[in-house]
Amino acid sequence: MKSVRRLLLALAIGLLIVPAASRADDAPDPYSGLASQSFEDIAQAITTLAASGNPQAAPTIAALQNETLFVTPDQALLIKTDDGYTNARTGEKVADVVEDDLANVRVNNAVRRAIEAASGALDLVSPDPATRLRAAAQVFTSRDPTSLPLLGAALAKETNAQVRTALLQAQAAAQLASNAGSEADQLSAVATLLARGDIEAKSLLGSLHDNPQAVLAKATAAIASIERMERLWSLAQGLFYGLSLGSVLLLAAAGLAITFGVMGVINMAHGEMVMLGAYTTYVVQSAIAAAAPGLMGFSLMFAVPAAFLVSGLIGVLIERTLIRFLYGRPLETLLATWGLSLVLQQAVRTIFGSSNRDVTTPGWMSGSDAVMGLTITYNRLYIIAFAVVVIGLLMAVLRYTALGLRMRAVTQNRRMASAMGIRTPWIDALTFGLGSGVAGMAGVALSQIDNVSPNLGQSYIIDSFMVVVFGGVGNLWGTVVSALTLGIVNKFLEPFAGAVLGKIVVLVALILFIQRKPRGMFPLKGRAVEQ
Amino acid sequence: MNRLSTTICVILVLGLASLMAILNLATDAGSALHVPTYAVSLVGKYLCYAILALALDLVWGYAGILSLGHAAFFALGGYAMGMYLMRQIGTRGVYGNAILPDFMVFLNYKDLPWYWHGFDNPAFALLMAVLVPGLLALVFGWLAFRSRVSGVYLSIITQALTYALLLAFFRNDMGFGGNNGMTDFKDMFGLPLQADATRAGLLVASAVMLCACLLVARFVVTSRFGKVLIAVRDTEARTRFLGYRPESYKLFVFVLSAIMAGIGGVLYVPQVGIINPGEFAPAGSIEAVIWVAVGGRGTLVGAILGAVLVNAGKTYLTGAFPELWLFALGFLFILVTLLLPKGVLGLLQRARS
Amino acid sequence: MSTVRSWLRGAGIAATALAAFLGSAGLGASQAQAQGTIKVGILHSLSGTMAISETTLKDVMLMLIEEQNKKGGLLGKKLEAVVVDPASNWPLFAEKAKELINVDHVAAVFGCWTSVSRKSVLPVFKETDNILFYPVQYEGEESERNVFYTGAAPNQQAIPAVDYLMANDKVKRWVLAGTDYVYPRTTNKILEAYLKSKGVAAEDIMINYTPFGHSDWQNIVAEIKKFGSAGKKTAVVSTINGDANVPFYKELGNQGIKATDIPVVAFSVGEEELAGIDTKPLVGHLAAWNYFESVKSPVNTAFIKTWHDFTKKPNRTTNDPMEAAYIGFNMWIKAVQKAGTVDQDKVIDALVGVAVPNLTGGLSTMMPNHHITKPVLIGEVKADGQFNVVWSTPGTVVANEWSPYLEGSKDLIADWRAPMSCGNFNVKTGKCGGAN
Repeated sequence: MKSVRRLLLALAIGLLIVPAASRADDAPDPYSGLASQSFEDIAQAITTLAASGNPQAAPTIAALQNETLFVTPDQALLIKTDDGYTNARTGEKVADVVEDDLANVRVNNAVRRAIEAASGALDLVSPDPATRLRAAAQVFTSRDPTSLPLLGAALAKETNAQVRTALLQAQAAAQLASNAGSEADQLSAVATLLARGDIEAKSLLGSLHDNPQAVLAKATAAIASIERMERLWSLAQGLFYGLSLGSVLLLAAAGLAITFGVMGVINMAHGEMVMLGAYTTYVVQSAIAAAAPGLMGFSLMFAVPAAFLVSGLIGVLIERTLIRFLYGRPLETLLATWGLSLVLQQAVRTIFGSSNRDVTTPGWMSGSDAVMGLTITYNRLYIIAFAVVVIGLLMAVLRYTALGLRMRAVTQNRRMASAMGIRTPWIDALTFGLGSGVAGMAGVALSQIDNVSPNLGQSYIIDSFMVVVFGGVGNLWGTVVSALTLGIVNKFLEPFAGAVLGKIVVLVALILFIQRKPRGMFPLKGRAVEQ
Repeated sequence: MNRLSTTICVILVLGLASLMAILNLATDAGSALHVPTYAVSLVGKYLCYAILALALDLVWGYAGILSLGHAAFFALGGYAMGMYLMRQIGTRGVYGNAILPDFMVFLNYKDLPWYWHGFDNPAFALLMAVLVPGLLALVFGWLAFRSRVSGVYLSIITQALTYALLLAFFRNDMGFGGNNGMTDFKDMFGLPLQADATRAGLLVASAVMLCACLLVARFVVTSRFGKVLIAVRDTEARTRFLGYRPESYKLFVFVLSAIMAGIGGVLYVPQVGIINPGEFAPAGSIEAVIWVAVGGRGTLVGAILGAVLVNAGKTYLTGAFPELWLFALGFLFILVTLLLPKGVLGLLQRARS
Repeated sequence: MSTVRSWLRGAGIAATALAAFLGSAGLGASQAQAQGTIKVGILHSLSGTMAISETTLKDVMLMLIEEQNKKGGLLGKKLEAVVVDPASNWPLFAEKAKELINVDHVAAVFGCWTSVSRKSVLPVFKETDNILFYPVQYEGEESERNVFYTGAAPNQQAIPAVDYLMANDKVKRWVLAGTDYVYPRTTNKILEAYLKSKGVAAEDIMINYTPFGHSDWQNIVAEIKKFGSAGKKTAVVSTINGDANVPFYKELGNQGIKATDIPVVAFSVGEEELAGIDTKPLVGHLAAWNYFESVKSPVNTAFIKTWHDFTKKPNRTTNDPMEAAYIGFNMWIKAVQKAGTVDQDKVIDALVGVAVPNLTGGLSTMMPNHHITKPVLIGEVKADGQFNVVWSTPGTVVANEWSPYLEGSKDLIADWRAPMSCGNFNVKTGKCGGAN
């Protein structure tokens, strides 16, 4: 209801400024336009309707946006509400609606642009600064010249500095795009856009051609200056991409750094532990959606421990039933775990089906923000943070807990540890469970950026092994450095060499590196190495 | 006694292959004794896999080098053969271009890339089929063994090697047909590939090559050289202290094995009718290791047995239990490693004694 | 180590090897054709990377066969499905095709998804003179006597989509992004030639290829954004395949590329692929197909209902390749009834000219080039993962199996009716057999 009131207010202003458009008798009836089959007519009708001052305009456009505006066979427009249908033109309730005869008012990108422009312009005077900010951004992209008077009115009483800047930018965009205002106005508009300095500003400046010569010249100079900044920032941007890829590799490899690095088990089913973590996320989200939809935003908080437990328990189970018979025969564990990975994949395929599962990304993880010249996507940012937390916890467990102490003791000298009274089989099972559990947590993160399908694990297994071997087996810090190095190198190679060639170059470099330093970047020293 | 199993294996492989070939050609389709051409190519394919398994057993069973990228050598041999077969198509391709293979025509190639020259000559193509895998193994092995990369590390970088090759051959710009690879071959050495006689001939040729590889491998491992090799496998450091150079021994056997794998690939391509980057997939190499493990590592004959058994099982299961066969295969690998550390051959051995 | 024992051991080996050989050889001789049924082969991957797409087609074929049997079967006999799993392994496709034809004696095979699997089985079908129905949109440049292509050729999908964007969104700048394999390569070649013929400058076309399963799209999406900021309306034409789409669309959503700014039109993304993505940030991005689940027609409503009943999953989506499988199956039924036999030679001849209803409410006809006529629809992604049809061709479109926009194929035509009976007839030289 608040938005309706806001809309009415805006319409009142619109009415004062554009009186000509409000005369319903000489303009075509917008409602018949909405019922049309032609997208052009519909888009035109929206613009006319928004400017018409009709009190029913706001609910009609809102319904169109929510896909609840329908056309009946005799061209009447109905809005679907919680308790039936209302006539869009009059707002009166309508009884006896045959649902099968209704068709949605047709929407495509052009219509969507018209809706955004209309609602964007109307939201400019909202009392809520966040809404005003969003509206200003919408006008900036729509560049709709009809919103110029509204922008002027909004600017006149705007007090919030941030919104003011956004409004000025929107005004500049609309002015330049429609070649409106004096040359001096336009020149200052170019300056405003230059100050904004991002890719959208560049895009707008690049699209100018009918404006006065001086404006065009200044726009060209502004583009060049924006591009200079872009080149500077691209280095930092590449670094962010690299860090983000590195953190994904690190998460995927962290569990393996325990099972393979610390225990020496060549676990080819590691990827499947990651996959199980991703599927756990799916199951947890489905359960939350069914039981407590309000908690959906926090679903990942539940998924992380659940994935750790599921993968971890399965890991313990695998260790007890399979791996423990194969200690001392590392290459044979490779074969057995490969068989296991086939079984796990097929099991998941049988249970969940072979198509992708939809894992929802919570609102706080979607979208991106421009920080100076950088584009930071939230999901990547959170995954980097998650990787830091996971590795930190893992190191803390190994270093400061009794379990960690025993794990290190067992891997360094099994017999001595056993003689000291440590139950080595139990420690083995827990270590393997820990590694698998960490892999499961990685699965939660990967479910946010990749497919949740039975093949998820397969695509990370080779990379994970590379990361661990490159970093130096048995060295968690080595794994961290190695994952980040590989991520960054890959991302800096990609623009020059292309995605495929870049990866080949990295692999060949890796092979050559291992030839030079057979035990990775940070080899373990001491007698244990010889085993 | 090892000699005996080798003899039996040779007799069986040669005998059965020729028998199948004869039954396929000499009897009518209606006859109870008739072996369909489909089965001839299928067994031919198993024998090619057996050559790969044999090659792998030579390095893994006797030198302790677990290569997780051996299918790469197999595929390189296959590609050399595929390039020859592609050139043989000539004007019978869909675009009728006498020089350029079809995939080059629709990707707008103007000329044949330089590395395609010479492949219209069968002798050159066959030479390349052993030379390219051999050279790759030589360079890779020289670098790896000299720096004493061993064990798991070696396995991982061989996997990286085949993965890098997979990505490289996958690129359309490489000029090897990208993901589609090469197919629709017409004839080799002037013989039509679809003819029953050619198929039967290929089966016999595969059997002969398999036996030749087996005999060569057996000669190598039973010679003095082979004894040192086994010493290297069991305790490399001690052998080095005794004055041997383990890296030379390993390198020789690695190159020999790569060449054998390449030969397997040469015979494989005309029988299955396609070569594409999928052959480089790391999973393929791991599967080959499993054939050896199933048959019995370090026995040579076991590798052949394992390759045939697992592949025949796969053929049967993918047809009979299409939804469940991966469970069967997965459990087979788990059970074999847990219960049969010496493979099927070891089981037979135990049953005898 | 007595001689006897080693002999015995040798005999054991021999017996095992023999069993293995005979086991495989025996496959050929055994399993005679069951009495009173007509066997139909289904050759779709149920494991491996392609299982994600192909399993659905296996299910839809089983449903169609069950429905046909409810209607009394074919020629008075019941149909029997023979399902095998080629496991996304291309040589295995050829092996399984041989098995279906030689061992199970199927009357026709419905199968394959990727081009490479079709190329792999092609020699088998030619050699055994059997029939393959191929239900997926593909790059064209092929017409074979034994293959019937019920998916779209590039002119039934790609070119109308580009036309739509040019007309409705006034797009002037194009990104052609694809997975590096033959379908995107060929489609992009055709589109590039087509766009240039429409006056698009070379610097306004950006082409990008990525490997299968590419999962890190950060800089490519950023590059698209940058390319789109040159002041001209920009669109992305995506031929990105399967697995790589989910991370691609997630990255698009996160970097805030909205359909109203830079629309992405995809040729390999349908309802099934969208099922794995949260589509709210993607509303308005487009796909071009010959069928959408949201199409309103009585025959589609009935089809969806049968599908939900058969799978017992009321939410399971339908998609374009399923419609192609549906059309192909019905065409085969009709041709067999017309020929009065399942004999492949007669059915191949009978198939040309057969017309069956498609799910959009019209008729699709098998043309002499072994491709079918289809309507082309453009859909925009909706928030619920379905498509909203925003444009469609007034009638059906005939497939150009040989693209007029490619140098090598512009003079070729295919016509499998006598007397021409040729898949690559050159109209310039008047001869069958390619460009030269």
